[in-house]
Amino acid sequence: MAKGIWVFAEQREGQVKKVSFELLSEGRKVADQLGEELCAVLVGKNVSDLTEAVSAYGPDKIYVIDNDALENYTTDGYTNAVSDLVKKYEPSVLLFGCTVTGRDLSAQVAQRFQTGLMTDCTGMEVVDGQLVFTRPIYAGKAIVKASCPEARPAMATIRPNTFAAVENAKQAEVINVEYGAGDIRQVIKDIIRQVSERPELTEANIIVSGGRGMKGPENFKLLEDLADVLGAAVGASRAAVDAGWVSHSFQVGQTGKTVSPVLYIACGISGAIQHLAGMSSAKCIVAINKDEEANIFKVADYGIVGDLFEVVPILTEELKKIMAS
Amino acid sequence: MKILVCLKQTFDTEAKITLDSNGKIESKGVSMIMNPYDEFAVEEALRIKEKGEGEVTVISVGGQQTQDALRQALAMGADKAVLVDPGEIELDEFSTATVLAKTIGGMEYDIILGGFRAIDDGSAQVVGRVAELLNIPVVNVVTKLEIEGGKALATREVEGGSEVIEVALPAAFTAQKGLNEPRYPSMKGIMKAKKKPMDKKTLADVGLDENQIAAKVKALSFSLPEARQAGKVIPGEAAEAAKELARLLREEAKVI
Repeated sequence: MAKGIWVFAEQREGQVKKVSFELLSEGRKVADQLGEELCAVLVGKNVSDLTEAVSAYGPDKIYVIDNDALENYTTDGYTNAVSDLVKKYEPSVLLFGCTVTGRDLSAQVAQRFQTGLMTDCTGMEVVDGQLVFTRPIYAGKAIVKASCPEARPAMATIRPNTFAAVENAKQAEVINVEYGAGDIRQVIKDIIRQVSERPELTEANIIVSGGRGMKGPENFKLLEDLADVLGAAVGASRAAVDAGWVSHSFQVGQTGKTVSPVLYIACGISGAIQHLAGMSSAKCIVAINKDEEANIFKVADYGIVGDLFEVVPILTEELKKIMAS
Repeated sequence: MKILVCLKQTFDTEAKITLDSNGKIESKGVSMIMNPYDEFAVEEALRIKEKGEGEVTVISVGGQQTQDALRQALAMGADKAVLVDPGEIELDEFSTATVLAKTIGGMEYDIILGGFRAIDDGSAQVVGRVAELLNIPVVNVVTKLEIEGGKALATREVEGGSEVIEVALPAAFTAQKGLNEPRYPSMKGIMKAKKKPMDKKTLADVGLDENQIAAKVKALSFSLPEARQAGKVIPGEAAEAAKELARLLREEAKVI
């Protein structure tokens, strides 16, 4: 019988993603309630060094596949590796962070085992011995609770920042498993890194976002300055993206990224329904907009009706003082 | 070059979501559109075809009203459409992918395209599952696609950058915003679309029964999120308000 709550510990270039720690922390609680083991899955090249970081978040076991062929993420390589482990050890639950990699990989593994996959979840709870997941659908305009009652493993991807990462160090048993050769049909020809010191949008605790009111690409510098004081990521509304001021990878909303930061500062964003859909699960929303009738004020915890070109630089200076104190 | 595009009909992005008397998502009276990400896929298929010889077939799994989305793709320039209507049963991504893969299995293809996700359930897994079932490689969230000599070079968006992936055809790709700017159907295109073939199939026609596509995921309950309450507007001139905001974020909201 399938047993064990598994978390895919996503790493990129030797760094384990924060969302993986979040899942291990919450997975620990769920595993204890169900009386099952919590296991982490670590796949890549030279990832054995990362077992210590992973074990700080409480897994009983860490399954490791360390192989040169897995240096960079490829759909086939990682699907093969994770599927080998699933086949061998038959977990009951398999969780991924809802990241680009988590989405990509989970779909392939789910189909290989003909099982169910609930994506972009914002909650999980044990109900009558079953894991029930909460998923926002229609870009957050509705919520569904769902489970995968029979097929195993039950699979889900969880949105970053849903759970707190809480250290809970345990002496995890490390189990090394050989990578069974399999075709990797995706050949990586090039990897282009955008050099940025800022956190990734979907994982950021704080996001400073700009819309049509920014008036032009050059003015995003104002938001970058504010973001850097707070260690925040920079985002944008569809209006700013469609105007060509910033690339689509910055877009927050129904046709962009869905984010749930602790703090979301919306500057010159009117608050169209399609933007709100992408950020209204933020814990605290700040709106700075000239138009006091703007929709964004209806969801904001704090609003300033004013010219962002005046307010933002002062706010940056004030926060700089506060952050230093 | 035979290109298949998997597409889905979804609620309009502006649609207000309500629940019906059974506590499920109300679909009556909601205006329907082609999933915007699938529009990128249709457009890309047409561009590949226009560079050489080819044929574009659009496929969807859904009720009879889904013909509207398929006709839109035909009006944009696709050559033919296939609609598999599974009847009144609950589908999940496993179900839909099984139907699509079985339908596609009997067709010739070099390239399968689809949006990387649908804007309704946002699950972003159907095309990947189809590729797995057909045993062809998939490349997701593609923002640039070049086809040459039986191979594809796909640029895909990853966190903090992008990757260029080469795969041999046949292969599946999912479209991310930025791949292209979809065309609007012309009046001539709309007229032509009416005469293009629309192959309507049932589950039995593609050789499946309801048991084979039974959903793995069960939806237990639907709800609407609680509306966020408007908070406070901080009064005063820019300098004063900004200073007060900074203080509130630290002392009241405790978020910095």
